Amino acid sequence: MGLDIRLPIGLMFTLIGAMLAIYGLATNSEPELYGRSLGINVNLRWGLVLLAFGITMLTLFWRGRKSSQ
Amino acid sequence: MQNVQLGFLDYAILLIYVIFVIGIGFVLRRYLKSSADFLTSGRSIPAWVTGLAFISANLGALELVGMAASGAKYGIATCHFYWVGAIPAMVFLAIFMMPFYYGSKARSVPEYLKMRFDERVRALNSVAFAVMTLFASGISMNALAKLLNQLLGWNYHVALWICSAVVLVYVLKGGLTSAIYTEVLQFFMIVLGFAPVVYLGLRDVGGWDAMTQALSGVSVDPAALHFKDPGTSYGPNGWTSAWQPLLAGSSHNPMGVDCFAMVFGLGFVLSFGYWCTNFLVVQRAMAARNMGAARRTPLIAAVPKMLFPALVILPGMIAVALTSMPAKNYRIPPPSLEKQAIVAAVAAVKQAAQSDPQAAVPEIIQKVSGAQKGVDPKTGKPKKLLGFDQAKLAQVVKTYADKPIGQDQTKEQRALRAEFVAAFSNTMTDYDYDGVILSLVKKYCPTGLLGLALTALLASFMSGMAGNVTAFNTVWTYDLYQAYIAPNKSDQHYFWMGQAVTVAGILLSIACAYFAKQYNNAMDIIQLVFGFVNAPLFATFLLGMFWARGTGTGAFLGLFGGISASALFHSLTIAAGNSPGVKGGYLAVQQTFPSEMAQNFWLASFAFITCFTLTVVISLLTRRTKTNEELKGLVYSLTPKLKDEAKAWYLRPATLGLVLLACCVVLNIIFR
Repeated sequence: MGLDIRLPIGLMFTLIGAMLAIYGLATNSEPELYGRSLGINVNLRWGLVLLAFGITMLTLFWRGRKSSQ
Repeated sequence: MQNVQLGFLDYAILLIYVIFVIGIGFVLRRYLKSSADFLTSGRSIPAWVTGLAFISANLGALELVGMAASGAKYGIATCHFYWVGAIPAMVFLAIFMMPFYYGSKARSVPEYLKMRFDERVRALNSVAFAVMTLFASGISMNALAKLLNQLLGWNYHVALWICSAVVLVYVLKGGLTSAIYTEVLQFFMIVLGFAPVVYLGLRDVGGWDAMTQALSGVSVDPAALHFKDPGTSYGPNGWTSAWQPLLAGSSHNPMGVDCFAMVFGLGFVLSFGYWCTNFLVVQRAMAARNMGAARRTPLIAAVPKMLFPALVILPGMIAVALTSMPAKNYRIPPPSLEKQAIVAAVAAVKQAAQSDPQAAVPEIIQKVSGAQKGVDPKTGKPKKLLGFDQAKLAQVVKTYADKPIGQDQTKEQRALRAEFVAAFSNTMTDYDYDGVILSLVKKYCPTGLLGLALTALLASFMSGMAGNVTAFNTVWTYDLYQAYIAPNKSDQHYFWMGQAVTVAGILLSIACAYFAKQYNNAMDIIQLVFGFVNAPLFATFLLGMFWARGTGTGAFLGLFGGISASALFHSLTIAAGNSPGVKGGYLAVQQTFPSEMAQNFWLASFAFITCFTLTVVISLLTRRTKTNEELKGLVYSLTPKLKDEAKAWYLRPATLGLVLLACCVVLNIIFR
C-alpha cells in the first residue's frame, strides 16, 4: 500500500513532542504549574521523549525508503 | 466532580491528532478501487502493522476504562485476562488456526464457517456477530461520552456525535486499510499518553512496595473503605497476588471466583473464543500481505499485550492504594448523579432546613436513590439504595440547607450549586470504578500532559470504534447482504453498500450507546454478551478445524444449543448482591454465585460444553455433506502440513509462540 505509516507517526510525535518540550522550557520557572505532577516538569521531560520517538520513526522511514529504491 | 480547564496547548495536541487520523484516511482514499480494497484492504499490509492494529482494535474503552476498573475492584488477579487468557489464545491462533483462516481465502470468519460447514452456520454466526459488534461499539462510545462529560463538562450528546463523526470520516475515506493504519498510530498514542500518568501515580504512592503494603491493609478490611460489604476479609495478598488467593477458593479473593472457573471459563473458553474467533481482531491478521505475516500478526501483538497490565491494570491498583491513604486527599470518584437525582437532592436538603438535619438524612437518601435508580412500582420504594456516609451527609445538609442552592440563574448561584453537588456526591460511599483512569489523569496532569493523556483516551475509544465498524461492515456486506439479500451484483455495488453500511453501522452504534448509558461497569456486561455468543462458538471452530467428521447440521444445532444454553443458564442463576432481572435469575434462581465474574465464567464453561457435546452427538447422527476433497485447506488432518518459509528456525511461529508462552509462565510465577 502506498503509505508508510512510520511517516505520519514520526511527524505527529515530532510535532507534539516539540510543542510539549518548548512549553515545558517556557514554564520551567513556574513551579506552581507542576504541583500536580509532584514537582516534576513533565512537559519538558516527556516532550523530549516524544520528540526522540518521533525522530526515530522518521529515521526508520527515510532508511526504509532508501533501501526500497 | 470539578471540571478541569484545558489550555490552548491541550486543544492544539487534540487537534493535531484529529488532523493526522483524518489525513491518513484522505491519503489512502486514492488506493481504494474495489469492495475488497475497502472491506479487506486487499491483503497488502506488513506484519508489524497488522500486529499492532490487532492489539489496538481491542484496546478500546473496555480495555482502558474497564481494565482499570477491574484492577481497582479485583487487583492483580485481573492480569489473568492477559497471562492466562489472551496470550495463550493468541499463540494458538497464530500456530494452529491462522493457516485455515488465511489459507482458505475466506474474507471473514463467518465465510470460513460457510466453507467448512454450511450456510446456516454462517447466517447464525454473522447475525450474532453483527449484533454483538454494534453493542460493543455502543458501550465503548457511551463510556467515551460519559468521561468527556465528566472531565471537560462537554455535552454528552455533542461528544458522542463528534467522535463518531471523526471515525466515520477516516473509515469512509480509507476503509479497512485506513482503520488499521490509524490503529497503529493510536497504539503509540495510547502507550505514550498514559505511561507518564501511571509513572506519576506509582511515584506518588511511594513505589511498588508501598503500594503493596497499602493494598494489603485494604485487603484485610475492605469494608473500612466501603470496597466490600461489612464483614468481608481476605488475606493480606487479596489485591496483590494473582494465584494464591485464587487457589484458596472463591471466598478468599475479591473477584469471587474459583480456580476452575478462572482457568477453564476465562482462560480457555472465553479467551480462546474471543481471540481466535472474533472477527474484529482476526480481520486484522487476515489483512496481512502473506501467510507468514498473517501468522506473525498475533505473535507480534502478544508482546505488547503481555506488558499492558502495567498500563491498564496498575492504575486501578494505584487508585485503591491512594484512596486508603488519607494524606493523599484522593478517592475513587463517586457515581455521577443524574439530573433528576440532583433536583431531588436539592429539594430534600431544602426541606430539611425546617427540621433536624440528622433526622432528615435517611429520607434524603431514599429520595435521591429513588430519583437515581428508579422506584419499584409495587412498594413505592427505590429499587436500590445508594450508599452514603450518614454523618458526613448530615454535615453537608447542615451547611447547605439554608443556602440558595435551588437557583441557577447567575454565575454565583451556579457555582454554589456545583459546589453543593460536589460536596453531596463526596459523601457517597459507592464508587464509580470506570472513573479511575480519568480521575488519575486529572490528579497528575498539568496542562500539556493533560492534552496528551486526553488524546490518548480519545485514541483508544476511536480505535475500538473503528475496529467494530470495519468488522461490522464486512460481515454485513459479504455475509449478509451479498449472501442473502442481493447476490450477483457488480463489485461497485458492494463497494457502495460497504460505504453505506459504514454510515448505518455508526448510527446504530450511537443508538446502542444511548442504550448502554444506563449500565455501570461496562466490562461485566460485555463479558456477559461474549458469554452468550462467543463461548459456544469456540467449540464449533475447534471441532470444525480439527475433526473432519463434524457436519453442518451438527455445528448449526450445536451452536444454537450453546447460545440457548447460555441464555437459559443466565436466566436460572444470579450473582450474590444482585436482584433477579437483567443481571440474571429472571426465570428462577437455582444457583447463586459469589460474584458476577464467577457467574460469567461458569456460564461460558457451561455453554462451551453444551455446544461441544451437541455438535459431536448430532454430527455422528447425521451424514457428511462435504467430501474430504472439499474440506482440504479447511480441516487440520486433511490439509498438507504447512512448510514454514525458508526462515531461520528462531523466526518460525512455533518457536516464537513457545518463547511467548514461557514469558507468560514466568510472569505468572513472579506475581503469584
